[in-house]
Amino acid sequence: MEKVRTTVPEPIVNIIDLFLYYGKVEALKKIALDISRKNITSFIGPSGCGKSTLIRCLNRMNDLIENVTIEGCIRIDDQDIYSPAVDVTELRRRVGMVFQKPNPFPKTIYENVIYGPRLMGIRKKGILDEICEKALKKAALWDDVKDRLHANALDLSGGQQQRICIARAIAMEPEIILLDEPCSALDPIATAKIEDMLCDLKKDYTVIIVTHNMQQAARISDYTGFFMMGELVEYSVTSEIFTNPREKQTEDYITGRFG
Amino acid sequence: MREIFKKGNPYIWLTASALTVCLLMICGVIVLIMMNGFGIFWPRKIVKITLHNGTVALGEIVKKEPIPYQKDSYRTKIKIGNRDVYGSDFTWIANADIVSLHFPIDAVVFERREWGNLYGFLKGFRQGETIKPLQHDTLMILLAESRGLYKKIRYIEKKEIGNINYLMEKYRLELKRLMMFPPTEKIRKKTVALNAKIDGLEKVYQEREILLNNLYKEAKEKEIVVLLADGQDKIVPIFQIIRVYAPNKMGFFSKLVFYLTKFWEFIWSEPREANTEGGIFPAIFGTVMMVIIMSIAVVPLGVLTAVYLKEYASDNMIARIVRISVSNLAGVPSIVFGIFGLGFFIYFVGGNVDKFFFPEALPAPTFGTGGILWASLTLALLTVPVVVVATEEALSSVPISLREGSYALGATKIETLWRVVIPQATPGILTGMILSMARASGEVAPLMITGVVKLAPSLPIDSHFPYIHLERKFMHLGFHIYDVGFQSPNVEAAIPMVYTTTLVLLITVLTLNLAAIVVRNKLKKWYSTRAI
Ligand SMILES: Nc1ncnc2c1ncn2[C@@H]1O[C@H](COP(=O)(O)OP(=O)(O)OP(=O)(O)O)[C@@H](O)[C@H]1O
Ligand SMILES: [Mg+2]
Repeated sequence: MEKVRTTVPEPIVNIIDLFLYYGKVEALKKIALDISRKNITSFIGPSGCGKSTLIRCLNRMNDLIENVTIEGCIRIDDQDIYSPAVDVTELRRRVGMVFQKPNPFPKTIYENVIYGPRLMGIRKKGILDEICEKALKKAALWDDVKDRLHANALDLSGGQQQRICIARAIAMEPEIILLDEPCSALDPIATAKIEDMLCDLKKDYTVIIVTHNMQQAARISDYTGFFMMGELVEYSVTSEIFTNPREKQTEDYITGRFG
Repeated sequence: MREIFKKGNPYIWLTASALTVCLLMICGVIVLIMMNGFGIFWPRKIVKITLHNGTVALGEIVKKEPIPYQKDSYRTKIKIGNRDVYGSDFTWIANADIVSLHFPIDAVVFERREWGNLYGFLKGFRQGETIKPLQHDTLMILLAESRGLYKKIRYIEKKEIGNINYLMEKYRLELKRLMMFPPTEKIRKKTVALNAKIDGLEKVYQEREILLNNLYKEAKEKEIVVLLADGQDKIVPIFQIIRVYAPNKMGFFSKLVFYLTKFWEFIWSEPREANTEGGIFPAIFGTVMMVIIMSIAVVPLGVLTAVYLKEYASDNMIARIVRISVSNLAGVPSIVFGIFGLGFFIYFVGGNVDKFFFPEALPAPTFGTGGILWASLTLALLTVPVVVVATEEALSSVPISLREGSYALGATKIETLWRVVIPQATPGILTGMILSMARASGEVAPLMITGVVKLAPSLPIDSHFPYIHLERKFMHLGFHIYDVGFQSPNVEAAIPMVYTTTLVLLITVLTLNLAAIVVRNKLKKWYSTRAI
């Protein structure tokens, strides 16, 4: 069955007929979708359907795993990111990522946030301080930690650690931020904070978020994609998916009738 | 029955008893060493024993034991000292022969620079043929004087004459080197200048020699007379005496002070009398320095190897064989490494270094003979598997999520390694280093053929340029134990030294490890705040 390709305004990412294999196992089957600039796009779907796999394709994190084969094409700003001419580290600077489990480095808060800028060769303390402050403010963490920037990041709470990771990604000033279930380990208050923050980030960045929380997807995202068994089942404006899904599978899943 | 096994209690007992056996054995060793090692400097009472046949013995009781194959009879081992008079330090007395036994209050021990302790009674100061009575205080003043004299002599011998010899050797080698060049005018001038310098030194040397002779003469002048147990008089030059004490008079505190002074001396002074007396400072120094050089060599080597194996080598046949071989290296007998060190480091590397950098000294080898550098490198090879295995494990234990976090921020592999993985793995790597240090400081066999000697004339670090002399031979606590315990001419007198040296070796290893642990913790903190 050939699906209609949902069109979105100002696409920044074009995924064209993407297949991905872990060894011989097919994990993504012919994914085709566009992602809109400066909007929040969320991916939902049952566990193991390939959401993480897909967003890890966008900054080529899958390169780190052995035996991964990728077919098809992903374009960001009309450039094929899998073409040999692309500098992977440059790509990862443009496409930041926040992982499901908070993974701050065992360094100070300050050093965590400016890790990326330092790698880019910024040495001046003044500039780094500024970057750090700006990123922490955007990640809604500045007030919590401004007095202890030089404390170990691992001493923070889980939610704060996750926001450190977000600040760390923002400090790179990426065009796209990928978040893989960023709130799965957090309490409702921390989740709410992060959601507010994401809505703020939308002004400057394109945000792609994977989530298992339907309400979250409904609350914050502009576009939603529903995946199942490595396939993109439905992709459209969020309100439409949640109020008027086209596919039966989508409806089953969001109403909770699906296992 | 089955119920009991199911609950697992027997397994708890089994494992617990295994642990108990291990602990007992370790504690046993430590207690044995401590008891024997800590005790030797405690002043023991002097006993005077009269026998049936009229002989009198004066000395310290060392031990009592039953006479083998004779029922209900015991004998006592007594340290009678006075080796120059009686020929041996110890004697056995059958308890049945003893008529009387008491502790004379004025019995005195004279600790001497040569011939070991002298036990007796102070008679007086010798003046010509007469003996002048001598007060204790006056004796102390005389001793202090002679100590000053001794220091002066040592200074001249070690520092001044040592310096002259060092410079002479340097100039001699320079001369030899000049002779290798074609004799131009410039070279000739230099030769003349050098010869003049050598002559100058020669003169200074002769002056010192005369001075020394005079000092020695002065030293021999003052003598005291000691009454020995068997009634004969013994004349002892005061200069020979290190210390005089009357243990039967001493209270607990003066004994304690005595004990601590002796221990201090043991640790900080040089050995005397074929290592059976005096201190062990050069051996401690050699051990510590060797272990440090070894760590400096082994850590980079082991860490780089492990990083390559873990992070870069693909997991193919060759990598696996290398990994297994590295682990198996840990099982090769250490003497094999010693032989390798001798063949490779000393003969091959050292021989070539000599050929290119020190040709003027040949045929006398500079680096082409055993030395602290080669010994350390040999031990580094010996312990490199420990570091490799520990580092590999530490690298594996760094969570993937941390690496991914770094990659996702645009770090390359090497940046991730340097900034995230290695700092995170550092405690594990240093644990490997600590294990390798413990292993290395206990090794003796490979050292015996790569540079350890029973008595090194000078430390590997001194005040002569370039200050650190890695080619020098050195002393080592482990070898010192072997040497004192099994190679010394006076084994009986040396046994306590064996225990004490062992104790010092253990403490040294412990201190080194503690230092490494402190460094590990500091480094952990430092890495977390550092700008990398
Ligand atoms: N490194 C890997 N090697 C082999 N198979 C993998 C690997 N990572 C993921 N897979 C497989 O690919 C499929 C998709 O996994 P993915 O992690 O993308 O799921 P997900 O949608 O993110 O699930 P979740 O919601 O539980 O995170 C799963 O069947 C998984 O078993
Ligand atoms: Mg996932």
